[in-house]
Amino acid sequence: MNTSFLDYYSIQPVTSWIHEALCSVMPEALAIFIECVVIGVVIVALYAVLAIILIYMERKVCAAFQCRIGPNRVGGKGGLLQVPADVLKILTKEIIRLKNSDHLLYDLAPYLVILASILSFSCLPWNKGAHILDMNIGILFVLAASSIGVVGILLAGWASNNKYTMIGAVRSGAMIISYELSLGIIVLSMVVLSETASISGIVESQANGWNLFKGHAIAILAFVVYLIAGNAEANRGPFDLAEAEQELTAGYHTEYSGLHFGFFYLAEYLNLFITAGFASTLFLGGWMPLHVAGLDGFNAVMDYIPGVVWFFGKTFFVVWLLMWIKWTFIRLRIDQVLVFEWKYLMPTSLLILILMVVLKVFGLVF
Amino acid sequence: MDITLQQTVFYVVAILMSVFSVMTVTTGSILRSATYLLFVLFGTAAIYFILGYTFLGAVQLMVYAGGIVVLYVFSILLTNSDKSINHKLGRSKIVAALATVIIGTALVLFLIWTNGFALNLIPESSEISLREIGLSLISADKHGYVLPFEIAGVLLLACMIGGLLIARKR
Repeated sequence: MNTSFLDYYSIQPVTSWIHEALCSVMPEALAIFIECVVIGVVIVALYAVLAIILIYMERKVCAAFQCRIGPNRVGGKGGLLQVPADVLKILTKEIIRLKNSDHLLYDLAPYLVILASILSFSCLPWNKGAHILDMNIGILFVLAASSIGVVGILLAGWASNNKYTMIGAVRSGAMIISYELSLGIIVLSMVVLSETASISGIVESQANGWNLFKGHAIAILAFVVYLIAGNAEANRGPFDLAEAEQELTAGYHTEYSGLHFGFFYLAEYLNLFITAGFASTLFLGGWMPLHVAGLDGFNAVMDYIPGVVWFFGKTFFVVWLLMWIKWTFIRLRIDQVLVFEWKYLMPTSLLILILMVVLKVFGLVF
Repeated sequence: MDITLQQTVFYVVAILMSVFSVMTVTTGSILRSATYLLFVLFGTAAIYFILGYTFLGAVQLMVYAGGIVVLYVFSILLTNSDKSINHKLGRSKIVAALATVIIGTALVLFLIWTNGFALNLIPESSEISLREIGLSLISADKHGYVLPFEIAGVLLLACMIGGLLIARKR
């Protein structure tokens, strides 16, 4: 297998050159510290910019599914400046202090939610050599980090001292804990297929074919289960009963205002992006270009497209799929959600895991 | 003294953990106590990451931060115990607490003095691979862990059956 195409757009030489240049003028510890700070700033900036893009996309996609035009007034054609204007507005809003509530936990909760989101965000494989957090157990760390967020949601619901937020938080907690199981089992079956748990390893193991095609029909079934469970983890789509604005005003973040509300909003959209990003990492080959066996000319053209373009293309495709689901299906009830997970989705994902192991052991995958 | 980056991180995490441990047991609100406990568990996970044992760090985050603390918070929310738990202590309780503190301190000091303080023993992080951990977890050799692994499985099965029995209530 010729894998030299992987090195065209690797940014590894650039990063190691920067590191060596810094090390030549200062001690290594200081150089690492400065690099960490710079990368942290880059992550947060990327996080905010992606949120703006996703919110605009959501409005346009939602409008298209409802036969509307969507934002079209602010910022000329297409309403491009609508979301930046909304961001500026939310920055100027007052942060309300509630009476008779636990202020410490009330202020802490949005930060816990956004911490979980940023930690899993920084594990995404952007390009070859552009993995920010890349460990041997990478994908396990993502599952672990994303499970912190539910604590923030529960604390937000309780500290707001309001029955709507409380109901929303408990619903959301029960749902996220349940769907985490399916998600974890599906991720495990993909780890079995690619023989490694590190994110860069998972992407590189798909150089000769994406996991979606390698694992026959089982991988496609796993992809569907992953999308359902991931949608529930991100509190979206037919599973947005934590917010359920018709019955609970806004669910667990009813009492939040200004930037604190903004954090919840940001985390919600970025969780959508993270779910889609890991769907493209696990099933669609991350930053790997599309190759069709036999068509060498086509493959050579595909190799010239940088990995980061592939990654964003695949991720936004999955984001679009999830938005399609959200604006097509109606919201479920909490008992339906839990019965669906425990009686149908989890047995299915366990079956997928067993079948995937059998396929792998007998060498039936490509 | 030459302090490496790793040692600096270790001391920061250690101090934070100590502070939050004390706050966990001194705060009046039980939900705040659970939150401080969450930070202590984050600190433990961070120590595992510093040591290069990323697998255990991730498991610590997933099981304790994402599982146990969520269960604590859930049970606190469902049992309506959001009143202050700062009670006046009786004389006998104070004596018992003092005795526990003294014995605990003595034990820790004894361990430190007999084994030496591991000041320079923070190892350079070299990540242990998942494959190695998995193989030793299911190996039946001298240093294999297959028996504890199986027993933990039986224990979890027993818990599950017990939970089902209680929940069914025929």
